[in-house]
Amino acid sequence: MKRPIRVLVAKPGLDGHDRGAKVIARALRDAGMEVIYTGLRQTPEQIVATAVQEDVDVIGLSLLSGAHNYLFPKVAELLKEQGVDDLLVIGGGVIPNEDIQGLKDAGIAEIFTPGTPTREMIDYIKNNLKR
Amino acid sequence: MSYMKLIESMLAGQKRACAKLITAVENDPKEAEKIIREIHQYTGNAHIIGITGPPGAGKSTLTDKVVKALVNEGKRVGVIAIDPTSPYSGGSILGDRIRMQDLALNPNVFIRSMGTRGYLGGLSKYTKNALKILDAASYDYIIIETVGVGQSEVDIVKIADTIIMVMVPGLGDDIQSIKAGIMEIGDIFAVNKSDLFGADRTATEINMMLDLTMDMDRRPPVVKVVAVKNEGIGNLIKEIKDHMDYLKESGKFTERRKNNLKLEVVELIEEELRKIVISHTDKEERIDEEVIEILNKNKNIYEVRDEFLRALSS
Ligand SMILES: Nc1nc2c(ncn2[C@@H]2O[C@H](COP(=O)(O)OP(=O)(O)OP(=O)(O)O)[C@@H](O)[C@H]2O)c(=O)[nH]1
Ligand SMILES: [Mg+2]
Repeated sequence: MKRPIRVLVAKPGLDGHDRGAKVIARALRDAGMEVIYTGLRQTPEQIVATAVQEDVDVIGLSLLSGAHNYLFPKVAELLKEQGVDDLLVIGGGVIPNEDIQGLKDAGIAEIFTPGTPTREMIDYIKNNLKR
Repeated sequence: MSYMKLIESMLAGQKRACAKLITAVENDPKEAEKIIREIHQYTGNAHIIGITGPPGAGKSTLTDKVVKALVNEGKRVGVIAIDPTSPYSGGSILGDRIRMQDLALNPNVFIRSMGTRGYLGGLSKYTKNALKILDAASYDYIIIETVGVGQSEVDIVKIADTIIMVMVPGLGDDIQSIKAGIMEIGDIFAVNKSDLFGADRTATEINMMLDLTMDMDRRPPVVKVVAVKNEGIGNLIKEIKDHMDYLKESGKFTERRKNNLKLEVVELIEEELRKIVISHTDKEERIDEEVIEILNKNKNIYEVRDEFLRALSS
């Protein structure tokens, strides 16, 4: 079954900027993907419920500041709880280098920090789908 | 692949199974066939509502409010929200859910976004398949938000029982600019953004236009709403139910559904026939060769048609 890659681009947390998330959404669309965009201030619970209903292949979490060490692992944990194991979770945003390994250990497959060419993220998604 | 397990889980109310089945029927007609054969007996119970209207009219915001009102009555509601696919990349940004954020966690609501994927009717080619899954999953109401309609995207009439046409004040002053054929499909007209200047005038214009249309079985009501403020939604819900009562009492309910099923079956037959005819020709490229013959005026289109059909009977 050949089908487009579906990605949920989600912005957890309280910061009110979604410029970065929108740029990513557009880049993924231009790469031929179906991007579900849900807007600002999503809770991990909402993100996971949306990902399940939309049956996405990828969740892209975008966070500018702060609570990634709580919010990103929480999404991975909720997915596990619901037995969802065919979904790739990646993260992006301002994330200090020393936090990256911890996030990967918690189930976030890859972290893209600002300045990473979107091409890189697109290739990563295409090569790492779990379906 | 056998779908029995997924179908069982879907019937038992599991959203993940429902979502997986929608993915299958949205992408592969062969898989869709296997699934729909099994679930057919569970379908046909939902009240299917189409929400259509120009881009940005507030269709998603209105959908959110209508869903909430129905859920408050204890109903289960499914939503299919369609946005355009980019013809250049084949990708899309599906953003209707932005207006429905706090429905994500509601146990009685299921929302699915879809891209049109090149289909021009305001829906996607397999929207009706997805609809059947939600119907079998025993959602009482299924709301389909079409892409913003421009000229002729009216395929929603082939699948919905009740069509809500969303209008807004200041549509270039004249409702007439909206193509005939689009106005005619509305069962209910909702003038959204009635908090803005010009709403009364828009409502009056729609009413006047409806009064001028003679050959209607039922005069559609015009309801003013302010989706962002949840105003007028009660009236709209009442009109939705009245419309279903009308359909049932007048016999139109069965008539519409019969007509739609007929269209669907004929379409399936045509598709299959096309495949059979093509497969009876010696070569895949045969049709391309014949086209050149037509182009060079050695044959005409009807001769070529007849040759293909003769291949079938021989
Ligand atoms: N003033 C006013 N604005 C509204 C109302 N309802 C929706 N809007 C705004 O209109 C804009 C578009 O709303 P949507 O619900 O996304 O419209 P839509 O018809 O779904 O848009 P598309 O799916 O892109 O065609 C948003 O900024 C809404 O906040 C209303 O009743 N009054
Ligand atoms: Mg919308």
